[in-house]
Amino acid sequence: MINELLFMNGYGVYVLSAFSFTLLSFSALYLITKVQFIKEQSKFVAKFGSLNTDKAKSAKLQRINKEILANATNN
Amino acid sequence: MFKLFQPNKIFQITSKAPKYILFLFVIVLSIGLTEALVLSPEDYKQSDAVRIMYVHVPAAWISLGIFSTITFLSISGFIFKNKNFFLIAKSLAPSGFLFNIIALVTGSIWGKPTWGTWWAWDARITSMLILALFYAMYLISWRIYDSEEKVFKISAIITILGIINVPIIKYSVDWWNTLHQPASINILSKSSIHSSMLFPLLIMTAAFALFSLLIFLMKYNTELIKIKNKGLDRL
Repeated sequence: MINELLFMNGYGVYVLSAFSFTLLSFSALYLITKVQFIKEQSKFVAKFGSLNTDKAKSAKLQRINKEILANATNN
Repeated sequence: MFKLFQPNKIFQITSKAPKYILFLFVIVLSIGLTEALVLSPEDYKQSDAVRIMYVHVPAAWISLGIFSTITFLSISGFIFKNKNFFLIAKSLAPSGFLFNIIALVTGSIWGKPTWGTWWAWDARITSMLILALFYAMYLISWRIYDSEEKVFKISAIITILGIINVPIIKYSVDWWNTLHQPASINILSKSSIHSSMLFPLLIMTAAFALFSLLIFLMKYNTELIKIKNKGLDRL
């Protein structure tokens, strides 16, 4: 059964390499995008941490900034 | 209406959605792979080589769909003077480009057992290669120009020029003698593909669409945080 599935009447090499290429490309793009996201998020948290109290207060007035910080702590 | 497209409002949704989309994508992809590799029948002419269709065709469809959407968003960005349209278009491009490359590579792998060659300068393949070049130019334009005004203009020009190629890709099999067969699936008339092959094809298309949605959301969130990082610098 497994041999049949892998051999695919002699086309297994072609079929499995096409599927493997697709899945590997998916994994690569997902990882690259995830790393970029985490990098920007960490940069944001670091910058926010270095703000003085007044600036941090005014930055926190923006809802999106609060959301980014909340997400960063959840991740 | 465009208040809905404000980054502050969108981020509330886009920051939470990726984990659910990823979960759904894994489920749909698992069903699609089982259907495509195990349950679907072999073709009477191409035998098991036909299974490559389940990754090649959805990848080509989605890369064309994303490029058309990017063009629409770029033009809308200019008409409605809304920067967020450009940001959405930029976030869609990486997955569109990847699907274009997947369509070309899997098409090449499929070509060897069916046509006896890895590559042919056939109208459909060549026009898909040209689309990949437009995708590459679009992505590069965002990297090389710092001025927002300039990059909006240049990237929009690239998409407008590139969209001319989309109907050429679609009708290349009708207009010229190519190695590709005419379309087997028609929305307006009866499809010539059997339901036992159509079903896995649609499941794989749904999985690929979910993947591009996932990448889009992650990329869009990254772009929003980048903007907010610049905002913190200005404080």
